[in-house]
Amino acid sequence: MEPLLALLRQNARISLEDAARQLNWSVADVAARMEELENEGVIRAYQAVVNEEKLDRDEVTAVIEVKVQPEREGGFDRIATRISRYPEVDSMYLMSGQYDLLLFVGGSDLRTVARFVSERLASIPGVTGTATHFHLKTYKHQGVLMEGEPQHERLQISP
Amino acid sequence: MSVCKSHRERLARTVVDLPKSGIRDFFQIVSEMKEVISLGVGEPDFSSPWHVREAAIYSLEQGHTGYTSNLGLPKLRHAIADYVGRTFDVAYDAEEEVLIAVGVSEALDLAIRALCDPGDEVIYHEPCYVSYRPLIELSHAVPKVVETDAEGAFRVTAEAIRAQVTDRTKAIILNFPNNPTGGAMTGEELKKIAELAVEKDLIVITDEIYAELSYERPHVSIASFPGMKDRCIFLHGFSKAWAMTGWRIGYACAPAELIEAMMKIHQYSMLCAPIMSQEAAYEALQQPESDIAVMKESYWRRRNFLHSAFESFGLPCNMPEGAFYMFPDIRSSGLSSKDFALKFLDAEQVAAVPGTAFGSCGEGHLRCCYATSMDELKLAAERFERFLASCVS
Repeated sequence: MEPLLALLRQNARISLEDAARQLNWSVADVAARMEELENEGVIRAYQAVVNEEKLDRDEVTAVIEVKVQPEREGGFDRIATRISRYPEVDSMYLMSGQYDLLLFVGGSDLRTVARFVSERLASIPGVTGTATHFHLKTYKHQGVLMEGEPQHERLQISP
Repeated sequence: MSVCKSHRERLARTVVDLPKSGIRDFFQIVSEMKEVISLGVGEPDFSSPWHVREAAIYSLEQGHTGYTSNLGLPKLRHAIADYVGRTFDVAYDAEEEVLIAVGVSEALDLAIRALCDPGDEVIYHEPCYVSYRPLIELSHAVPKVVETDAEGAFRVTAEAIRAQVTDRTKAIILNFPNNPTGGAMTGEELKKIAELAVEKDLIVITDEIYAELSYERPHVSIASFPGMKDRCIFLHGFSKAWAMTGWRIGYACAPAELIEAMMKIHQYSMLCAPIMSQEAAYEALQQPESDIAVMKESYWRRRNFLHSAFESFGLPCNMPEGAFYMFPDIRSSGLSSKDFALKFLDAEQVAAVPGTAFGSCGEGHLRCCYATSMDELKLAAERFERFLASCVS
């Protein structure tokens, strides 16, 4: 992966000066390349990875498998785009295998999510079936361990 | 009535005369302090790759807890021969030319002991890893030093080695990329040393433990030059590039007769390297490129950062081309290496190793290991700047 992207994936809040030093580039070069990546749509957003369990909230997340009847023109895209626009849908992927779309959906409680599935999702023409799994615990998200790595003691001085 | 000797009198002369490692004294002082930022380590800040740790756990579950053959697990020796063949361009026979040792440290000891009779001379370069000189002396051989410096990018030249060659010279020890300087050789320079070794009929013991951590150009092994495989003892291991220091697995690749001699010592003193570590090392060779790439890039970024920080406040420092050490020149402070390290530790709680721990020509330098978190490196750099300013004023 491009070194600047690797750096930003690790820490999106890194300053331009810092990134420049680590990559042995000029600050102007880093700024220009970042702008380019943003303009090209390679970088879509800069977000925080949050451990939801540390928050005192009762929101639920469901992982929903959706079967879709593809269309003669456009395949899955038109219906997928339509589904992805719902703000309840956090992430969404087209998959190979037993089902077609995989959705991560958030809601304030079970009932809200269930209503979203039955009233919004399942009722869309072309959706032929859904299976909803409720998410219980996050161990790792976006490459980040929620519990962190246990710290190991290193000798402070060694040859 | 017999007179009881003191323990000191009972000890072997060679051991009594062996100087204590400069690192140990410093370690004592640092270990008694709290909240120290340490640039004093000689190992990665990563844990070993998870698949490696997992493979070791699995092998324990399977009950693999016995001895292995003296040379090491055959499957590991084959994996090593494959890896060395494709990475360093030297073909070794896994059955007769590869020995698994307890770290490169043991392999180096075996190599020197296998080669040297009392009075034989071994040429090595300083600043260097702390064990080279003591291991030569423990073999009752005579260490001959070639010094490297920042002006020469801490590389060793064939001419400097030639000046130390006598008819008692048995071997040359090379270590590039180098601990503590980060210096690395170019192919042309190595070629000249290879030609000298052939001309003078010398063995080259080449410690290439940092080979994968070369940032400026692909690493070249001296063993890959014409005629060199037959006179090289190639030493490598898993500690640095795979972040596996605690597993203690290194290896030697060399002509069968040399390996056989080293194995004799190894079998009587060590028997074999621990089997669980050998299993882990075998796993480490299943996907070396991807494991190493992530860590290498991270060291490379930290190297760039620290070097640019030093540059920003005018601390002269050769740009290291490999390993994970900076060796800045701290003479502008007016302090000796040791005083600088002690005062810096006291005033700013940053630990770095005095250059003299790696040989007397390390005077005027400090070894700073950048295998520590970026946050700590930033703090260390700020404190460096403040401390240097306080020295000058």
